[in-house]
Amino acid sequence: MKDTEELKKIIKDLLASQNLAVIATQREGQPFANLLAFAATDDLKHLVFATTRATRKYANLMADSRMSMMIDNRQNQASDFHDATAVAAIGRVEELKGTEKGDFMKLYLSKHSHLKAFVTAPTCALMKLRVDRYDIVRRFQNVMELWMTP
Amino acid sequence: MSLILTLHDIRDRHREQVGGKGFALAQMAQNGMNAPEALCVSAEAYRLFVDANGMREQICMELNRKPFADIRWEEMWDISLRVRSMFLNTPMPIELCEALRGPLKSTFEGEAVVVRSSAPGEDSSKTSFAGLHESYVNIKGTEAILEHIKLVWASLWSDRALLYRQELGLDVETTAMAVVIQKIVVGQLSGVIFGRHPNDPFLAVIEAVYGLNQGLVDGTVEPDRWVLDKKTGLVRSHNPALRDKIVVPATDGVRLEALAVGAQSLPPLDQEKVGKVFDLCLKAEKVFGSPQDVEWTFKDNTIFVLQSRPITTASSAESDDKRPWYLSLHRSFENLKALRKSIENQLIPEMIEEAQTLANVNLGPLSERQLAEEIERRSAIYQRWVAVYWDEFIPMAHGIRLFGQVYNDSVHPTDPYEFMKLLGDNEMISVKRNRRLEDMASMIRSDNQLAAALRAGKGPQHNEGFHLALDDFIDQFGDLTCGTDQCTQGRDAMINFLLEMAAREPVKASARPQEFEALRDQFFSHFEGDRRAFATELLELGRASYRLRDDDNIYLGRVKAQLDRAVDEGKNRIEPQRKIDSRSFSAEDVVHVLKDVNFIPEETKPEEKGDTDVEVRARQLVGQPAGPGIGKGRARVIAHSSDLMNFRAGEVLVCDAVDPNMTFVVPLSAGIVERRGGMLIHGAIIAREYGLACVTGVPEATARIRTGDELTVDGYLGIVVIHAAS
Repeated sequence: MKDTEELKKIIKDLLASQNLAVIATQREGQPFANLLAFAATDDLKHLVFATTRATRKYANLMADSRMSMMIDNRQNQASDFHDATAVAAIGRVEELKGTEKGDFMKLYLSKHSHLKAFVTAPTCALMKLRVDRYDIVRRFQNVMELWMTP
Repeated sequence: MSLILTLHDIRDRHREQVGGKGFALAQMAQNGMNAPEALCVSAEAYRLFVDANGMREQICMELNRKPFADIRWEEMWDISLRVRSMFLNTPMPIELCEALRGPLKSTFEGEAVVVRSSAPGEDSSKTSFAGLHESYVNIKGTEAILEHIKLVWASLWSDRALLYRQELGLDVETTAMAVVIQKIVVGQLSGVIFGRHPNDPFLAVIEAVYGLNQGLVDGTVEPDRWVLDKKTGLVRSHNPALRDKIVVPATDGVRLEALAVGAQSLPPLDQEKVGKVFDLCLKAEKVFGSPQDVEWTFKDNTIFVLQSRPITTASSAESDDKRPWYLSLHRSFENLKALRKSIENQLIPEMIEEAQTLANVNLGPLSERQLAEEIERRSAIYQRWVAVYWDEFIPMAHGIRLFGQVYNDSVHPTDPYEFMKLLGDNEMISVKRNRRLEDMASMIRSDNQLAAALRAGKGPQHNEGFHLALDDFIDQFGDLTCGTDQCTQGRDAMINFLLEMAAREPVKASARPQEFEALRDQFFSHFEGDRRAFATELLELGRASYRLRDDDNIYLGRVKAQLDRAVDEGKNRIEPQRKIDSRSFSAEDVVHVLKDVNFIPEETKPEEKGDTDVEVRARQLVGQPAGPGIGKGRARVIAHSSDLMNFRAGEVLVCDAVDPNMTFVVPLSAGIVERRGGMLIHGAIIAREYGLACVTGVPEATARIRTGDELTVDGYLGIVVIHAAS
């Protein structure tokens, strides 16, 4: 139990401290990575991000909703090898609609208020990653998994 | 640091916090000069405001959509409009509001004030950029003052300030704006004294007007001018003005009125008052230790000092610096009304007549030398009208901006371009022209026999009505293909284009009468009493400005078409004789060849190819959202006007700059992408008329996009996605 809470806290702190994440999608076996702004729900079950619908990542996710998102706190220093924490969230993505979209929009804009014009444009989709698992990497090679119950 | 200070609180250490204007006023007040009571809102308040709402980053994003060097002045206006709208629609944090509200209320309860910008460094002796930021006159009530403080803050990013961003050292991370709120003194006489004549350090100059000095500052009221000996104060010369106007306070702001007849024959200052103004100038010079430009006003024979700034020692602008011209585009309401009269009643009729006179000349019988001279004559005529276009027609477009600003200030819409819905209508010549094309296309659509006859190249006997309509169209609007290499095909090329139009569903420019009326009524509801008449007149001016912005190009296009007609005639003569391809020849080339059979124009060198190991392709290009909507289709890149005739229904128009003479293809298109930027450029205006997605200000549009590329035009966000290369 203690381990779980500790791990959750590490993830929560990291997600709160970072604005940007890297996501990986794929199409016909070709991986594709992107940098984007994200926000996390308090229970860590969902990560939310925005994209316009004409992008490759959106097309990839429409074809295959599986996605991974990586968040880290590296400083681009040698000390990163022992000091940095990286978290990979793995799960499935869906586009938000209706009232649920309103709630997630609030969450997203509370972290990225300057992206209001972008995220409220009719051509922009707000996406939700339902996280199945977090992989937490610390001290270079120490990897823990946190499995989320649905 | 206090967020708000009185003039007597301000010390040397506050200089940066209260800005040049605030600091100067404090020094004058503390040295016994008669300055109206004022408060300074420190630059710290600005910082609190932009940091509380994520606005600092939003401003950064607006300014960094593309490299500054690629941003045209029209786009700067768009940026500043969006930033201004952001300031207007973002509430002040409660703690900040509370800190300001108390002192404002206790100092200015029941009083009218002026809310002035006081940017740090704005009025130093090395840089004086008066007029780059905003000031608001005759503001009443604490809430209105708080609202105008936000507007003054927003003007830190005005288009004018952005033009001079380097000199001002504008930096989103560090620059902040202080604000001076000053009790208004309703003076009967006002003006400026320049402590040193620009051409003679031993002279000073006074400019004075009746009423408030806003009319003098914005150029709507001509001042009387006195030149004085700096040593003795004696008047060397007096130039009286044509005294017919006066700026007075109105219910909300100021108003221009006719000057009372009795005052028209009297200079605003008598000898005694000239002396008082001169004394004020000497006193200011003593306080600040250098010659000053001082604004003043007389109320009941008492002189008040409104502001003082050092005379700049900066050298005058470089001769190729176009920025003073851009600044001159900010015309006042009165100035624009006069400009409209001159354009509608004089310039456009003259231009129409000029084009008609040229059209009546039969070029066929001219000898080659005569034809060369005719091309030169037409080039000169066209250039003269281009100069008129820059000097008169472009400034007229400021009517749209002026209306937009007043609309946004009063209505506070979420969409800063909502005001455009009140300006557009179907009465623009280009829209009328397109409607005529659409009528002819529907004749073809509803008559299979006619369509077949036209495809087979058969003549008028198959549908006289259509051919009469086409002849009438060419008479009125000219041959659209002229100026393209299909001009020689003339009518046939037009028919091919109409067949293409007929092949797709009819498109109409959007008509929105109900929305128009609701928005107009909403706009008017913010103006009461005499202000309602002003709002009505301003809307009318904005609509005329919008219409003329497009129409004047159509008329200029008619003059250009007559130049092109002569150039095409020259090319037709050259080709069989010289057996050369003259398509790329300029008018000058044609003139040269017609005069000298041995002349060979220089060929343009092909572009050198760089590294061949790698290839750069654009996937997503960012510009400005200029027409809301989403458009998908194949690109048609218009490199030459001849490409227009190849335009197919459902394609995306990609070009350097849409000219109203090109916009006949717009109803066929799925969207517009333009290199030139701005919300008020023709591409954007016509796209809005047809409800098409439009992105402007994409610097590499025509270089990176190729005809046939699959595009998505996101007119909401200003993004062009290139899905697959052709």
